[in-house]
Amino acid sequence: MNFMASKQPENSLLGPEADSQRTLYPYVTGTSVVALKYKDGILMAADMGGSYGSTLRYKSVERIKPIGKHSLLGASGEISDFQEILRYLDELILYDNMWDDGNSLGPKEVHNYLTRVMYNRRNKFNPLWNSLVLGGVKNGQKYLGTVSMIGVNFEDNHVATGFGNHLARPILRQEWHENLSYEDGVRLLEKCMRVLLYRDRSAINKLQIAKITEEGTTISQPYSLKTYWEFSAFANPAQGAVGTW
Amino acid sequence: MFRNQYDTDVTTWSPAGRLFQVEYAMEAVKQGSAAIGLRSKTHIVLGCVNKANSELSSHQKKIFKVDDHIGVAIAGLTADGRVLSRYMRNECINYGFTYESPLPVGRLVVQLADKAQVCTQRSWKRPYGVGLLVAGLDESGAHLYYNCPSGNYFEYQAFAIGSRSQAAKTYLERKFENFTDASRDDLVKDALMAIRETLQGETLKSSVCTIAVVGVGEPFHILDQGTVQQMIDAFEIVGEQEGPDAAAGQEASAEPEQGAGAGAGEGVAPMDI
Repeated sequence: MNFMASKQPENSLLGPEADSQRTLYPYVTGTSVVALKYKDGILMAADMGGSYGSTLRYKSVERIKPIGKHSLLGASGEISDFQEILRYLDELILYDNMWDDGNSLGPKEVHNYLTRVMYNRRNKFNPLWNSLVLGGVKNGQKYLGTVSMIGVNFEDNHVATGFGNHLARPILRQEWHENLSYEDGVRLLEKCMRVLLYRDRSAINKLQIAKITEEGTTISQPYSLKTYWEFSAFANPAQGAVGTW
Repeated sequence: MFRNQYDTDVTTWSPAGRLFQVEYAMEAVKQGSAAIGLRSKTHIVLGCVNKANSELSSHQKKIFKVDDHIGVAIAGLTADGRVLSRYMRNECINYGFTYESPLPVGRLVVQLADKAQVCTQRSWKRPYGVGLLVAGLDESGAHLYYNCPSGNYFEYQAFAIGSRSQAAKTYLERKFENFTDASRDDLVKDALMAIRETLQGETLKSSVCTIAVVGVGEPFHILDQGTVQQMIDAFEIVGEQEGPDAAAGQEASAEPEQGAGAGAGEGVAPMDI
């Protein structure tokens, strides 16, 4: 008979009830976030879906939020962890405002703070299961960065999380250029989101596009993209691949 | 200040509402050798008079770099000053690590002031016996603050602390309106002139003083003795002429006429300005 008391890993460093304290897998998740720098600031897009495994359960999840005066945060991954991060940032911004001294945390500072938080949690084997996109403008300087759940962080002219890295970034690499107009930026983002909508099964057709400039943030009302399903290849999908489903 | 029955510990108020221990701590600052600071819109200069225990010893370090954008000059118990400088350096490093951004000097001085205040409200502690002139850059430009042992802090365009600082303050009060738009070099010259005031007749030479500068595009650093001596010679030759006028000519003709400079210095009584 097996007298093992519990399914504890042999590693004694983790201690007794360690497993119930660690994040092992995500439950309600958001899919890709895509963002790019344009002439006046940053544009960021994300759909409003919260998946529960393979079920598209929640359809009005706001995955982009403004942070302070100068930043926008978009998140994919575990939604409850995103809400926790928003609470951390809320406190951070509150204390920053309480100084009331003319200094304020800009997007670079928030991004680095988040990197520290994500990396520290990862080191404790209790990650916040998110990939974050942090964009903003301060004193005319545009900033766009990303942090993953293991603390990998970097800045770029365009970033994406999850499937966005595979489907959207190649498009952005081809078509992004410095000083995009607002209309061109939105068009480019919608192109990326449309591809994601066609090809990412956790994507839903309800998205928000957020803009941040020196003047402030605007997050659009939710809207849908026009899609076209009458491509002849879709009509008889098994044609070139017998046995496929 | 005379001894009285309310001055034994810092947590005892006098009937007049004074904390004598805190005031005695501020006396310690007044006994230390002079430190001065002045700022323009983009630069801050700190200067101090070097005091050595004896001819045989080296002088005490009174100016500390806290970060690339912050420096501090102290007067009073230099040991307390060292400890506080270490605290300030730590705070700057921690902030820089978390936010990858320099700690705004305005926030550092508040933290420093709150730290000093704690020592005025614990019976088992004593106030820090050091006054700090904190020079640093912020989002809003160049700042100079004075932190007191009492836990108060004030922002200044120019200030002097330590022994015979009143002479320097008088000089600064006359000149401060020019500081905001002064060039970096003019600011250093004014700092040297202010230090000269505190020397009361002693020759101003680079071995007697230390100067440090921080500004937009210029990380905090202490000027080396050679440069300081050059600047002293440059304006001493001209004598009592106003700093800003002399500046343009002097920098170009900075031939270190050490001998002539020293001779002229001993002849002229610097107080007669």
